[in-house]
Amino acid sequence: MSNLPDPADPASSHRFISNAGQDIREMLAVVGVDSIDRLFDTIPADVKLDRLLDIPGPWSEIESRRWFRALAARNVTAVDHVSFLGGGAYAHAQPACVDQLLLRAEFLTAYTPYQPEVSQGTLQSIFEYQTHQCLLTGLDVANASLYDGSTALCEAVLMAERLVKGKTKVVLAKSIHPHYLQTVRTYIQNLGIEIVEVGWGEDGRVDLDALRAATGGAFAVAVQSPNFFGVIEDYDAVAEASGDLTKIAVVAEATSFGILTPPGQHRFDICVGEGQAWGVPTQFGGPYVGFMVVREALKRHMPGRLVGETVDVDGKRAYVLTLATREQHIRRGKATSNICTNQALIALAANMYLSLMGKEGLREVATQCLQKTAYLRRKLRGIPAVELPFSGPVYNELVVRTPFPATQILADLEHEKILGGIPLGEFYEDRDRDFLVAVTELHTREQLDQYAAALTAAISRERR
Amino acid sequence: MTAITQQNETDQPEAQKDVAQRSSTEPLIFERSKPGRRGYQLPALDVPEQALEDLLPAGLHRSEIADEVEVSEVDVIRHFTRLSKLNVSIDAGLYPLGSCTMKHNPRINEEIARVPGFAHSHPMQAEHQVQGNLELLWWLEQTLKEIFGMPRVTLQPVAGAHGELTGILMVHKALAKSGNARKYILIPDSAHGTNPASAAFAGYEIRELKSNSRGTVDLSTLAEAVTEDVAALMVTVPNTLGVFESEIKQMADILHAKGAYLYCDGANLNSFVGIARPGDMGIDVIHSNLHKTFSTPHGGGGPGAGPVGISERLLPYLPTPTVERREDGTFYLDYDHPDSIGRMRAFHGNFNVLVRALTYMRSMGPTGLRRIAQLAVLNANYIRARLRKFYHLPYDAPTLHEVVFSDKNQTAKDVHTLDIAKRLMDYGFHPPTIYFPLIVSGALMIEPTESEPKEELDAFCDAMIAIARECEERPELVRSAPHTTPVRRLDEARAARQPVLRWKK
Repeated sequence: MSNLPDPADPASSHRFISNAGQDIREMLAVVGVDSIDRLFDTIPADVKLDRLLDIPGPWSEIESRRWFRALAARNVTAVDHVSFLGGGAYAHAQPACVDQLLLRAEFLTAYTPYQPEVSQGTLQSIFEYQTHQCLLTGLDVANASLYDGSTALCEAVLMAERLVKGKTKVVLAKSIHPHYLQTVRTYIQNLGIEIVEVGWGEDGRVDLDALRAATGGAFAVAVQSPNFFGVIEDYDAVAEASGDLTKIAVVAEATSFGILTPPGQHRFDICVGEGQAWGVPTQFGGPYVGFMVVREALKRHMPGRLVGETVDVDGKRAYVLTLATREQHIRRGKATSNICTNQALIALAANMYLSLMGKEGLREVATQCLQKTAYLRRKLRGIPAVELPFSGPVYNELVVRTPFPATQILADLEHEKILGGIPLGEFYEDRDRDFLVAVTELHTREQLDQYAAALTAAISRERR
Repeated sequence: MTAITQQNETDQPEAQKDVAQRSSTEPLIFERSKPGRRGYQLPALDVPEQALEDLLPAGLHRSEIADEVEVSEVDVIRHFTRLSKLNVSIDAGLYPLGSCTMKHNPRINEEIARVPGFAHSHPMQAEHQVQGNLELLWWLEQTLKEIFGMPRVTLQPVAGAHGELTGILMVHKALAKSGNARKYILIPDSAHGTNPASAAFAGYEIRELKSNSRGTVDLSTLAEAVTEDVAALMVTVPNTLGVFESEIKQMADILHAKGAYLYCDGANLNSFVGIARPGDMGIDVIHSNLHKTFSTPHGGGGPGAGPVGISERLLPYLPTPTVERREDGTFYLDYDHPDSIGRMRAFHGNFNVLVRALTYMRSMGPTGLRRIAQLAVLNANYIRARLRKFYHLPYDAPTLHEVVFSDKNQTAKDVHTLDIAKRLMDYGFHPPTIYFPLIVSGALMIEPTESEPKEELDAFCDAMIAIARECEERPELVRSAPHTTPVRRLDEARAARQPVLRWKK
């Protein structure tokens, strides 16, 4: 190991590691060994590396900035284009103070609040976050967060299965986000659970007759609203068709709670979804925050951490992790989930966003999404070659069809510096000409007009 | 650091009590709410407004979000700033939670993650638009491959437990492909609780392996336990006592001879990164918690990331999509893995956690990564050497990056691990992990990491020694600790028996 650097040599110091030369020698003396290498004697020589790893670095901040910024510059993004991309990740405005507060070291560099006396900041914030989730969904008990929308649906399906003995079938609307459906298939592959997918009708809403027919022998039904096509489901009709099965509502666009009635009001038992829309940057898909809210009776079956209110020895109100006997560190192989690390910091961001927007702001964001989407929908209807395949009500996203392959039309739009939508051919065999277009409060009328004009131009270019 | 022993509240003027009260409690954001306050402003709606009943069916239009808050931006900033002050954090000092690797979180990671080209890239963009992101993911995989000594790594899992599930699902699929998925996963009694939970979610039953007197796995116990029904052993290396499984290669041989797999929980990778590689030990699957070894901030409990490295025989089962490089230097997402276990999560994992981790790996380089392990192990052994006269060391085997004591020397005075942990708070330190691993009664599991300067380690050891003395001389003081925190000794039984899980008006 002669080529390897001597850790006590000041030349091998590193800015993130405090102890160097003299410290190391003093500490070795206390430990009673003559070199750090001796501390690794329990690792057999034949598995020890006799060289340094073959990786780049160590880099200064200057070098890191140079390289990573050059990489970022190779992306084409909403920074330099006007983006109409949604499909489970939505660009909404994040108030400036959210990110500033997130950078407070007391939040950023703390861990899971196992010791409540020194973690009240995190604990109280989670309690507030749980309260927001309850108010938004109209249900009773929310957990501290799950990884994201897709895995939250997995947890909901597994939880629903535990509630009913002897039934192994779950009914999932085919209009749930395709990545969510794929993730559920991965999760359940060895658990003896059967998935039945139910399609949609002309309006883009779940096919209620097919749903009703599929419920025999099933333990739960899950629908997404607004669904992957942006269409708002009729919760009451779905609940009616689902009979007494456990009803799971999936919400991938969480700003929609501002204007749509909550699933708890429509006899749904569990609401899971993705909280990214609460101002979290799209950041190529993560980190986001999954949420789960359930009826009171289901709380002891829930996965994930829960924070509860209690008092301390002086009678002071305080918050603590609770009902932990559901969790892996206590129940091990019989836990309600294997989740440990979750998405606490993003849940904190969500709490901040929801508090800043508040009762009126959440409604206004949702109203603007709804109105601007309606405006674009009307404009697009006026373009002769454009077809809007689904007639159902939409929130902030809609499917658009032209006579030409979607990828071609979208490439044309990209020339105009527009990220025009998500082609659906990748997800559904018969939808090569369809793409999904999302609108939020960030879009101006001018941009919507330009979109319609650019689409018209793209279609005529393809005609030629 | 002086310990504040007892507060003499009777001498305190009323006004000062209010100050103390103000700095130790903060109302809920909902309790700050007042009708008419606002914390946001949007541009005026610039499209012609349509009647709501034309856009939304009756019965699906919400008239209001009852009881949601109304607060100003000032209220929000004050509220969260005050809440933050009720937390301790690694930036404020040693946070020696064993198994959690609470190390320094470099701020260059945060800066890079916020570069707009990363932060505002969209997960559903076309490949040609996100070449920078794909190249970054490709490089991170190359780097982890070299660190693990393994042929491939999936970056999809977003937490350690998520990585465990991913790994065991791959094992299951591989075995099922060869005709028999088998029934059991072996797990030592010293393991993290996520191991059995993940194995159960992957469709297996658990068989617990008893640790020997060194706290490690005996080859004979293992050989006996590995039947034709065993799919894999999940073992933490070094284990949760900090002891390296010196016979890891022989363990792999025993498992492989019976067609089973060796899974390594990489939570403790910080102790041997750059020193030895899992792939060279015969390990088939390892997950690494990037929020531990690779410094992405813990954030009060996430987000993290749990990439999984695999050996040759598991290659066909990787989650899809994978990131691949073409000969012309461009990158693409490859869905063409017919035997894949499938997708573990929507989109591409916790991308912006991965950005932070690669930034850190570049900051450290090969020399820095090796130095991490060296100093993490030296720091832990220094604490062990300084404290072993005062606290009972239940397993005397040499340890790497963490040291586990017990409260055996203190129980005679009816002082227990919980009391010692709470008393540490009065000295300004976050307590270690307590009552884990389960094989140690009254465990105090201390992991200082490489970040800590000697002065901080000394201050911590001095505090622990002072507490040991207090246990002898003034046990009541320790039993009633903490005395200086915003709240003290919460009624956890009440929280669980009469759960209040949300605010109500």
